Amino acid sequence: MLDKNGIAKRIAKEVKDGYYVNLGIGIPTLVANYIPENVNVVLQSENGLLGMGPFPIDGEEDPDFINAGKQTITTLPGSVFFDSAMSFGMIRARKINLTILGAMEVSENGDIANWKIPGKMVKGMGGAMDLVASADNIIVAMQHVNKAGESKLLQNCSLPLTGIKCVKKVVTELAVLEILPEGGFKLLERAPGVSVEDIKNATEGKLIIEGEIPEMDI
Amino acid sequence: MINKKVNSLDEALQGVESGMTLAVGGFGLSGIPENLIQGLVDKKINNLTCISNNAGVDDFGLGLLLQGRQIKKMISSYVGENAEFERQMLSGELEVELIPQGTLATRLMAAGYGMPAIFTPAGVGTEVAEGKEIRKFTFHGIEKEYLLEYAFEPDFAIVKAWKGDTAGNLVYRGATANFNHPAAMCGKITIAEVEELVEIGELDPNQIHTPGVYINRIIQGKKYEKRIENKTVQPKP
Repeated sequence: MLDKNGIAKRIAKEVKDGYYVNLGIGIPTLVANYIPENVNVVLQSENGLLGMGPFPIDGEEDPDFINAGKQTITTLPGSVFFDSAMSFGMIRARKINLTILGAMEVSENGDIANWKIPGKMVKGMGGAMDLVASADNIIVAMQHVNKAGESKLLQNCSLPLTGIKCVKKVVTELAVLEILPEGGFKLLERAPGVSVEDIKNATEGKLIIEGEIPEMDI
Repeated sequence: MINKKVNSLDEALQGVESGMTLAVGGFGLSGIPENLIQGLVDKKINNLTCISNNAGVDDFGLGLLLQGRQIKKMISSYVGENAEFERQMLSGELEVELIPQGTLATRLMAAGYGMPAIFTPAGVGTEVAEGKEIRKFTFHGIEKEYLLEYAFEPDFAIVKAWKGDTAGNLVYRGATANFNHPAAMCGKITIAEVEELVEIGELDPNQIHTPGVYINRIIQGKKYEKRIENKTVQPKP
């Protein structure tokens, strides 16, 4: 079974040389720590930055330099700032190659719910609806089951949706799964020490298992 | 050149009245019009509708207007960690309309581009689409549904830039163009505050982000606290 950093490390393998990537808050942010040095990527922050650098050294933080999570950040050589309308313009224009975000639920047809729990305080969807509606390639980083042990990979999402038919891949503490265009979670890899049976038990949606399922190489 | 410089917050905010709609620049607490917000607090007007990506924190930014119950409705994408906001929203004192961040930015921008509406895929198939006109387009080689969303036409826009000149030309620093540039473009009257107000001719025309044509009044901010909401750093080596 993977921890949060393990999930991030596995997702980092999906990041290819030359990609522009948008990382959501939480586990996706950790992905940046595992992108190999020979893979050149540009991180987008949707408030208006391409080329997000590391967090500043303590004492060098600047209130004008923040990311979409409102964290203080630095720039890199070649970085560029722009306004938020242009930022979502490049997202809608499909210039961002990969979007990695968290989710509360994902369905077998690629629907995602990650912004609202009825009855609880709703903070807002931020840029998530724009990102999932436009990105070509969306990978979800999430826990396979909730705290009550119930599957979060479902036939249909029960929570209000963020977007429909958009998620391409899901990486959890148990497995890597591809969402097929015709529907269904196709099991690609198992986390170390996790059996196909464990994954079956944790997946409510349609699970497709073909042949031997390899263990992740991370 | 037209001189748009004003010397007091009173003069800057002249004509802003209770019940009006304002677009407010900034993202989180970064690049917010601190002085103009304080001016609205002092003016004691209320029943405002604020179009702003975020709602400040309890004791800073738009949180100051919430404290004084001056806001009737917020149109935002993410309202964050603001206890007073939460209390007013849950008690029904404050009306809240949540819309996707890109839709918010683009509806502001559209007004400044002279376009009454836009089509966006954000929110299709979700509750955001309820009651909205939907059209199918084949774009980028893919047939998809898009929502019709209207441009915002607020009575006033208040924004903050790093530098500006007396003609209203604005330059932002770091990531603070954020919602300031789109908001600046959409106000029936736009008021800008800047950290440094210079004379005409001192800014390089190649480096200006928001052309002064969009700005009606410009004021040098008295002081800037520039609070950081989420300080994230690495230890000193």
